[in-house]
Amino acid sequence: MNSTLISLELAVGLIGLAILLIDLWTPLARKAQLGYVAAAALGVVLVLSFTIDSSTAQYGFGQTYVRDALAMFFKRFFLIAAIIVLIMSVEFADRIQAGISEFYAIVCFALCGMMFAASSNDLVMVFVSLELITVSFYVLTSFQRAKVKSLEAGVKYLIMGAVSSAFMVYGIALVFGIAGTTNFQKLAAAAVTLSAKPIFLAGILLVFVGLCFKIAAFPVQMWAPDVYQGSPTPATAFLAVGSKAAGFVLLLRLLFSAAPDVTHRWGLFLAAIAAITILYGNLCALPQRNLKRLLGYSSIGNAGYLLLGAVASNQAGSAAILYYLAGYLFTVLAAFTVITIVTRQAEDEDITILAGLNQRSPLLARALALSMISLAGIPPLAGFFGKFLLIKAVVERGAGHPAFLILIGLTILGVVISFVYYLGVVRAIYWSRVIPDSSEIVISMPARVTLCVCIAGMVIFGLFPGGLINAANAATNALHF
Amino acid sequence: MSPILTSIVGLPLAGAVAVALVPRNYRFVIRAIAQAATFLSMLIAFWMFWQFIPGKDGFQFVSSFEWVKSLGITLKLGVDGLNVGLVFMGTIVAFAATSMSYMIKDREKDYYLLLLVMITGILGAFASLDIFFFFFFHELALIPTFIMIGVWGKGDDKNYATFNITLYLTLGALIALVGLIALYVQTGAKSFDIAAITAYVKANPIPVNTQNWIFPLLLFGFGILVSLWPFHTWAPLGYGAAPTATAMLHAGVLKKFGLYGILRIAVPLMPEAARSWMHVIAFLCLGNIVYCGLVAIRQRQLNLLIGNSSVAHMGLIFLGIASLSVVGVTGAVVIMIAHGLLAALSFAINGHLYHQTQTENMDQMGGLMKRMPFIGTVIVATMMAGCGLPGFANFVGEAMTLFAAFKNFHLVTALAVWGALVIGAVYMLRAIRNIVHGPMPEHWQRANDAQGPLRKLPFILLGGTLLVFGCFPGLLTEKIKFSVEPIVNMANSTPAPAHK
Repeated sequence: MNSTLISLELAVGLIGLAILLIDLWTPLARKAQLGYVAAAALGVVLVLSFTIDSSTAQYGFGQTYVRDALAMFFKRFFLIAAIIVLIMSVEFADRIQAGISEFYAIVCFALCGMMFAASSNDLVMVFVSLELITVSFYVLTSFQRAKVKSLEAGVKYLIMGAVSSAFMVYGIALVFGIAGTTNFQKLAAAAVTLSAKPIFLAGILLVFVGLCFKIAAFPVQMWAPDVYQGSPTPATAFLAVGSKAAGFVLLLRLLFSAAPDVTHRWGLFLAAIAAITILYGNLCALPQRNLKRLLGYSSIGNAGYLLLGAVASNQAGSAAILYYLAGYLFTVLAAFTVITIVTRQAEDEDITILAGLNQRSPLLARALALSMISLAGIPPLAGFFGKFLLIKAVVERGAGHPAFLILIGLTILGVVISFVYYLGVVRAIYWSRVIPDSSEIVISMPARVTLCVCIAGMVIFGLFPGGLINAANAATNALHF
Repeated sequence: MSPILTSIVGLPLAGAVAVALVPRNYRFVIRAIAQAATFLSMLIAFWMFWQFIPGKDGFQFVSSFEWVKSLGITLKLGVDGLNVGLVFMGTIVAFAATSMSYMIKDREKDYYLLLLVMITGILGAFASLDIFFFFFFHELALIPTFIMIGVWGKGDDKNYATFNITLYLTLGALIALVGLIALYVQTGAKSFDIAAITAYVKANPIPVNTQNWIFPLLLFGFGILVSLWPFHTWAPLGYGAAPTATAMLHAGVLKKFGLYGILRIAVPLMPEAARSWMHVIAFLCLGNIVYCGLVAIRQRQLNLLIGNSSVAHMGLIFLGIASLSVVGVTGAVVIMIAHGLLAALSFAINGHLYHQTQTENMDQMGGLMKRMPFIGTVIVATMMAGCGLPGFANFVGEAMTLFAAFKNFHLVTALAVWGALVIGAVYMLRAIRNIVHGPMPEHWQRANDAQGPLRKLPFILLGGTLLVFGCFPGLLTEKIKFSVEPIVNMANSTPAPAHK
């Protein structure tokens, strides 16, 4: 047992517990500030994570846990996401009646689950880490207890989450029943005999469906818009970035580490899932007026784009997923931070609250506009290069194959449709006819810094993608295609 | 390494950064920065155009910066005969458009920031020798266009026009992008460098069945960007709603991007597919010339008339490309340059008239020569150039194109001549009569001519260049033809082996 292997996860879990303890000795008025303490502590963990050498994979806990470049990439990703979400939560604290420290602590616990997920090397580990994430989110989504919408979101997430967990456990049981192991390497080694057996395929399929729930992909995407709309905004942000990325790292491990043979045969199946997800997300987002709901549907659309990387079944595709997620992190968190600040006085998140934002706060206007432009995939922002890499990976896999050409065609259609609602937000910011409220918006210093970091992330990844591409390539070296 | 093109493209970008740093209420400083950046860029481009050596092999003034090594993407800028004139024309239009922006009084900082970013994108797209950046720069201009039309645009269907133009252009650009990526993957050259890909394809021609699915992607993707009939509906609407400078830059320069892409990439790399599609293009271009010409006749709004006539002119360029001969393609490039200046001039006139009279309806105009002798003269000259009057560069290009096209397409060329010369003359001459001649309505009494040399400068520059190139076409054709020759030779080369 090498427990230094999980030092980062332990540190994060301890930070969560420490926040709960410190809370006891903190006066009520200052409890909200604990979010900064937690964020700073996670910042230290993030810095320390760069001292860990992950060039060779290290296994532990009976081969269920692996620390390789892919795991470290995602651990850092989750840490950055959690830090930004915690700062966002402090901005949101005035809207949470009681227990803000618990909110911070649970964010840390969810983060701990995500970091374990990044290192999963066994289906049991996959399930345990996912449960840690999902159970934490059951609480986070319904944290505004006085708000019916928030409770509704929590219940919906609970039911859908429980159903997909059941799918996953059943799938794991089937796989174990036929293969006698849940370890990824052993499954891959036995692939030649296993991948012909329908029960094994059914098991993998069920686990896949369970993961589709996490990434909000068809056929288990229904929860996303409701939960996104009802949850407290920081919880939505963490759900949109952290939970989705955790789903994707597990998907990568499942598809390209545990069952690469199956994946290769499933090219058309995955293509169909991706195409439906892209079209569903983008078409449903068109008529939305609620910003968070709009981002909920957009998140489904983005899950579809990300699945293109899995469809490609090559290293370029998986590296593109990593790149896209890194850009998506800053883009989406910028959007949710702006929404958190703008909705402080507003009752709901209707798009009309953005009217005149350009006069009220140029920084917020710029951050949200850039985030929408990056999501739409326009240079020089990160979203553009991410989509470029994903489409390139699919063309590399299936140039000339009609099914993949259709998939690319539908992707283009989805992107063009998405322009309508993303640019609709830009229009609301810059040229709304009626400006109901033109008072200046005050932004706290940490939130200001966060927004600047997010903008810098979008621009730098878009203008200088070389370093991130190399990191993504290094992280995906261990996968099999 | 040559700093020439880097500074031509980089100066507007540096200007944008500088504008971003200046406080909002220093309005004069902001304008001065924008003017200075585009003016310097134009001067350097002029020097480049002058120093350009016709007939020299390969690209000149090349500068390159490695960007993403693992993917073979380099920021490589350079010119040959095909794009040296386009870049020069782009800088003139950019300076003229910045000069015409004095009409903008609202949120000037945002406006000039977006304008300079748009100019960077436009000039970068034409100077890039790497297909990734070629695309990247084009898309860079998209959002400024969107916001500029939305915030500073005019007309009742501004919103509709804004989304219409943005969605159409995105669709076209993405279709072309898939084609470009497919080309990159297919050639296996592991480089986005146009020269490297061309060299690779020369040695290993692309199989015909691969050409047959990549070429249409590029043709229609780029075709949408050029408003090839029947994908042209965005253009008159969008230009009608756009602020003057945006319309000048977009109709004048950015719209040529698709044509440039077809000539630089699609035609030489995929000769078999190009040859089989040229008949289709020849017929589609009639849609532009005849159909859009007839639509232009019906317009009562000056901005829509100019928009439709600019779509109609694109047909002649397509016809020149379809001829696949040195004379025809050279003529097409000459029209690209001439039309860029002409469209910018037309929209500058429209902008001035709208600024003075708050109307674009030609029925409410008339007798303008009395109040505006200078603008009136410019209008007559512009409209005449639009009909193809000798002495203007448009005539040179149109004559070359039509002569060359007649060899392959008798009927199409005959109809095109009829469409370009007769239909064009009808709406241009009617516009002159309606605007410049006749009795002057009351409300025109307070309308003013362009005042002072600074306000006249954009008109003089654009019109003057048009005249100079019209009287001395060798300045252009001598440069263009040497670069067109290899493209036409590749396009007419013997069939590639089908196996690979």
